[in-house]
Amino acid sequence: MGVIPSFSCIPYEIYDLPKKGTQVSFAETNAAIYANSIGNLKTNKESAFSALASALTEKSPYSDLRKDSEESNLTIRMKVSEPNELTFGMLGFFAGKIADSSVTISGVKQLDKRSCKSLCGGMGTSGLCGKFTLDEGENDSEKVDFDKKEMENIYDELNTTDSSDLITLGSPQLGLDELSDLTSMLHGKSFKKRCMVFCPRAIQKQARKLGYNDDLKRAGCEVLSDCCICLTPLISKKDVDGVTTNSIKGAYYLKNSNGVDVNLKPLSKIIKEETK
Amino acid sequence: MIPKIIVKGTAKGNIMKTTNPINFLGAVDKITGIIRDDKHDKFEKSIKNSILVFPHGIGSSVGAYTIYSLKKNNSAPSAMICTDADLSVVSGCALANIPMVIVTKEKFDSLQDGEEFSLDSESIKTL
Repeated sequence: MGVIPSFSCIPYEIYDLPKKGTQVSFAETNAAIYANSIGNLKTNKESAFSALASALTEKSPYSDLRKDSEESNLTIRMKVSEPNELTFGMLGFFAGKIADSSVTISGVKQLDKRSCKSLCGGMGTSGLCGKFTLDEGENDSEKVDFDKKEMENIYDELNTTDSSDLITLGSPQLGLDELSDLTSMLHGKSFKKRCMVFCPRAIQKQARKLGYNDDLKRAGCEVLSDCCICLTPLISKKDVDGVTTNSIKGAYYLKNSNGVDVNLKPLSKIIKEETK
Repeated sequence: MIPKIIVKGTAKGNIMKTTNPINFLGAVDKITGIIRDDKHDKFEKSIKNSILVFPHGIGSSVGAYTIYSLKKNNSAPSAMICTDADLSVVSGCALANIPMVIVTKEKFDSLQDGEEFSLDSESIKTL
């Protein structure tokens, strides 16, 4: 069948994407949202089983997002100024709660890779929604604001502690750009506590060649592959009370699946406050 | 289009009804069937052997595995009744052979939490 065990939630950063409009079947929710919203592909928000069934049969139900897209019936107006990746994660989590299968987002001028992945991850965690469209155009859809108040509500829902004994980065897993970025941000610094960094094994190999792994190790990071924050048995409430992360998706599953408390901070703040 | 049979079958039990969607991977303990998300209105209640009535699943695609695990651990609901079909719940129920149907909003509203209920997917048109 040509199976490649990538053990990754970011296939869009490892493989060349098929041509525009191709029907794919992505189970991982952030990847499905990325494929539809950024990758110009078509997939429903598949389940692990339905995607596997598609791999075996080359078929998938022709429904919802696989059909020619209609305009979404909801626009979320992003009102928070100077957003970082944590803000976008919260925007995604907020959007997922109230949107149907797709949503329009206005007021976003720039969306770098880290923020985009955070938005996809957050959105996939809280809802059914499998697609967002960035659009400033006026349409007839219902409008909902995402402002400071809405953001604080999400923050209070997912931030459950102010202290932590561990830092985790990578839900979705980090790509090569982000590892490179992290390496330069950590130049001359080292973490005061354990920091787990999750990436795909293909990226880890490249990072080794480029020397990022050594630099990250020197700064106190453990670079791990084939797993991520959400489903790892490496973090359990038996030996961890609180985890600091910049991932909204990670925060939800750490709290609910792993049973540990979460302290949310953007990466810039994590590096400022947690290194020496 | 609705009502719709997603997984055929019959089941009997007490309704556990919530208007909150369910993220099976995060919110449900796959061994015991207990809701462990403290933001969920059924926090600390068990979905085991219930007729689980909820709008739809949300979140991780891995939720389908959770439903299958619940069945293997004898902690699954006897049946599920939703207003929307999401692929995680649908494929999880199909693989675990848990009867599942989609009903209208009106029918959903009429189902009462705690009431005893018999589901026969063959007579779904009467739902």
